[in-house]
Amino acid sequence: MRFIDEFRDSDLVLNIAEGIRKRSARNIVLMEVCGGHTMAVHKFGLHDFLPETVRLISGPGCPVCVSGTGFIDQAVRLAGIPGTVITTYGDLIRVPGSDSSLEQESAKGADVRIVYSVMDALEIARQNPDNMIVFLGIGFETTAPATAAGILKAKEEGISNFKVLCSHKLMPPVMTALIDDGVKIDGYIAPGHVSAITGSEMYRPIVEKYRLGVVISGFEPVDILQSVYMLVSAFEDYEPKLQIQYTRVVKPEGNKVAQELMHAVFEPGDDWWRGLGMIPASGMKIRPEFAAFDAEKYFHLGVPENHEPAGCICGEILKGLKIPKDCPLFATACTPAKPIGACMVSAEGSCAAFYKYRKTENDG
Amino acid sequence: MMAKTIRLHHGSGGLLMQELIRDLFLRYFDNPGLRSLTDSAILPLNSAQIAFTTDSFVVDPLFFPGGDIGKLAVCGTVNDLAVSGAVPLFLSAAFIIEEGLSMDDLETIVKSMAKEASKAGVSIVTGDTKVVPKGKGDKLFINTAGIGKIEKKYAGISHGLKTKPGDLVLINGTIGDHGMTVMNARGNFHFSSSLESDCGSLNKFIQKILHNSEGVRFMRDATRGGLAAVLCEFAEKSGYGIEIDERTVPVKEEVNGMCELLGFDPLHVANEGKVVMVVEKKYVEEVLCIMKRQNQGKKSAVIGRIVEDHKKKVKLRTVSGGSRWIDLPAGEQLPRIC
Repeated sequence: MRFIDEFRDSDLVLNIAEGIRKRSARNIVLMEVCGGHTMAVHKFGLHDFLPETVRLISGPGCPVCVSGTGFIDQAVRLAGIPGTVITTYGDLIRVPGSDSSLEQESAKGADVRIVYSVMDALEIARQNPDNMIVFLGIGFETTAPATAAGILKAKEEGISNFKVLCSHKLMPPVMTALIDDGVKIDGYIAPGHVSAITGSEMYRPIVEKYRLGVVISGFEPVDILQSVYMLVSAFEDYEPKLQIQYTRVVKPEGNKVAQELMHAVFEPGDDWWRGLGMIPASGMKIRPEFAAFDAEKYFHLGVPENHEPAGCICGEILKGLKIPKDCPLFATACTPAKPIGACMVSAEGSCAAFYKYRKTENDG
Repeated sequence: MMAKTIRLHHGSGGLLMQELIRDLFLRYFDNPGLRSLTDSAILPLNSAQIAFTTDSFVVDPLFFPGGDIGKLAVCGTVNDLAVSGAVPLFLSAAFIIEEGLSMDDLETIVKSMAKEASKAGVSIVTGDTKVVPKGKGDKLFINTAGIGKIEKKYAGISHGLKTKPGDLVLINGTIGDHGMTVMNARGNFHFSSSLESDCGSLNKFIQKILHNSEGVRFMRDATRGGLAAVLCEFAEKSGYGIEIDERTVPVKEEVNGMCELLGFDPLHVANEGKVVMVVEKKYVEEVLCIMKRQNQGKKSAVIGRIVEDHKKKVKLRTVSGGSRWIDLPAGEQLPRIC
C-alpha cells in the first residue's frame, strides 16, 4: 500500500536501528505521548530494534484511557433517560465508570450507538427529532475541531435535539504537568495528528524551559525509529531541539481552519485526567454562547465526581513511572475482556497493548 | 465468573464466547461428543462415523457483495463439516422471520441457498419456519444443521493430534475479505470498493486435497475471530507454539487500507471461505500445488510453522522484522477514536 509499505520496510527499519545503536551512548528515556504510537511500537515489535540504552515509556495520549470515571458516569446517567440516544466513538463504550459502562447500559436496553464522526450523530438528530441525541466529545486537538464543526452546524441548522457531553482535552498542559510531577524522561515523541492541527510551536516551552527534546512523529515503524534517532542524536549532542519528523503531514503553523473552529467553540478549563487528577487549563469547555448544545448544562449534570478504582495503578502507568506488569491487577483481575483500569480498555491503552502484544509466561 | 448479562461481545468468537461455552454450555451439556469443541461432533454410528454440526446466521445486511445470508447459511455449515474431514450430505434449514420481510427478499435468499447447496452437493432435507412480530427480530435469522459421513482415516484431523513441530501452516488465500465487505455494506463508511465476500463452500476444495495427499494434519475454517482465533485456539489445544510471518499472509490492499483507517487488525477480521491447514513439511509442495490449481486456492500460501518454543503461543514476525504475540480477540473489534 502506498505511503504505508515504504514506512514499514524491514531493510530501512534495520538501517535506522543500526544508526540508533551507533549513536546512543548514554541511557535515554523517551515517552511516546500518543496512544497511536504506543500501539504501533507494540504492533510492529519495535522494542526488538532498540539498544539497551534506549527505553520507551508510554504516556497519557490515549483519550479513551484518560476520560475520568465521572465523565463515564454522566454518560451512563444520560443513557438511562428515556428517549435519549448516546452516540459515541467505538472504543469508549467498554470504559468502566463507577458501577457501569455504556456497553452494559446498552445490554440493559439503553440506546447507545457507535458513530464514526460527529456528523453521523447530527444526522441521527435530524432524523429523530423526538429523541435527544447526545454526542460524547472526547479526544485531543485531533478530534476537537470536528466536534466544534458539529456544534456550529447544529447551531446553523437550528437542531435543538443535539447535545455534546464534552471531555475534549489539550495536550501541552499534560505534557508539562507530567514533568512538574517528577516524571523522569529525556525527551518526548510528540503526537503526529494532534500536531497536524496545532502545529509545532506549542511544544517550544517544553524544549526551552525543561531542556527536553521533542520530535513530532508519524505512526509507522520507520517514522517512530527515525524520531528515536533524532531524539538520541540531539541528546548525545546535549542540544535538545524541537523537530518535526512527520513532515508529510505536520506543518509548523498547523491547520489554521481547524484551530479557528476549535477556538470559536471551546475555551480552556481545568479538567480531570484519569490517573493523573485535575490539571489546570487542560480541558476544552464549550463556550457560554453555545450552552444550548452543552449536555452538562442542558441536563444540569453538575461537576463530575471522579475517583480511581481500588488497586489500579493506571495513574502511575500513564505517567510512565510504572509498567503494566507492575500492577497486581494486570492480566489477573484486569484483562481486555474485563477491564478495570482505563489503560486496559482502549486498544491504544498501555495495558491493552502490553497484554495483547507482549504477553508471555515471563512477562506475566 | 460469568457476566450478569449477555453482551454483544459474547458472540464475537473471542475470549468472552469461549468463557460462555466453557462456563455455561459445557458445564450443563458435557458429554464426549461435545467436549472436544471441534467444528463438528464426530459420532460413532455402528461401524461408520458421522460428523454433525449446526450454526446460526444473523448477518446485517442480509445482502452484501459476494453473497447473502442464505448462501452463508449453507456454506458455513458445509465448511464446518468439510474441515472435520467429512463429506457433507444433508442439511436442515430453520428460518426465524420478522414480520414485514419482503417476500421477494426471502425468495432471493432461498434461491441462493438452493444454488449453494447444489454446488456443494448437499440436500436440504428438513426445515422449520417461525415468524416473530415486527421489532422482535432483525429481518431474518437462519439456522442450519448438517450431517456428513467421515472416513475413519480422516476422523482425527479436526483434533490435529498428529501435528508435530516442523509442520507448516497454510491458508488458501486472502484474509479479512468477508468481514470488511459486510462492514462496508452497512453503509457507515462510504468507502467505494470492489471488495467481495469470500463466502463459499470449501468441501470439494478440501476433498480434492485429502484425496490427493496424505499431508494434512489439521484443518479449521477461519470465520469469526479471523485467522488469529484459529491459530490461538490450535496453539492452546496442541500445546505447541506457532510462528507466523506477516509478510507471507495474503491480504488484499483494500482490506489492509480499510483496517488501517479503522484501527483493525486483518488477522482478527472474519472470513467465510478460508481454511487454515497444518501440513507435514514433506507434503507441503504437493498440497500447495493442489490448492493453487483450484479457484478457491489461487492465492494459497505458506504462512508459518509449528514450533517447539513458546508453547501454546502464537508469535508473529512483523512486516518490519520485529515480533509480537498474537492473542485471541477479547470481543468485537471496535473502531479506534484516532
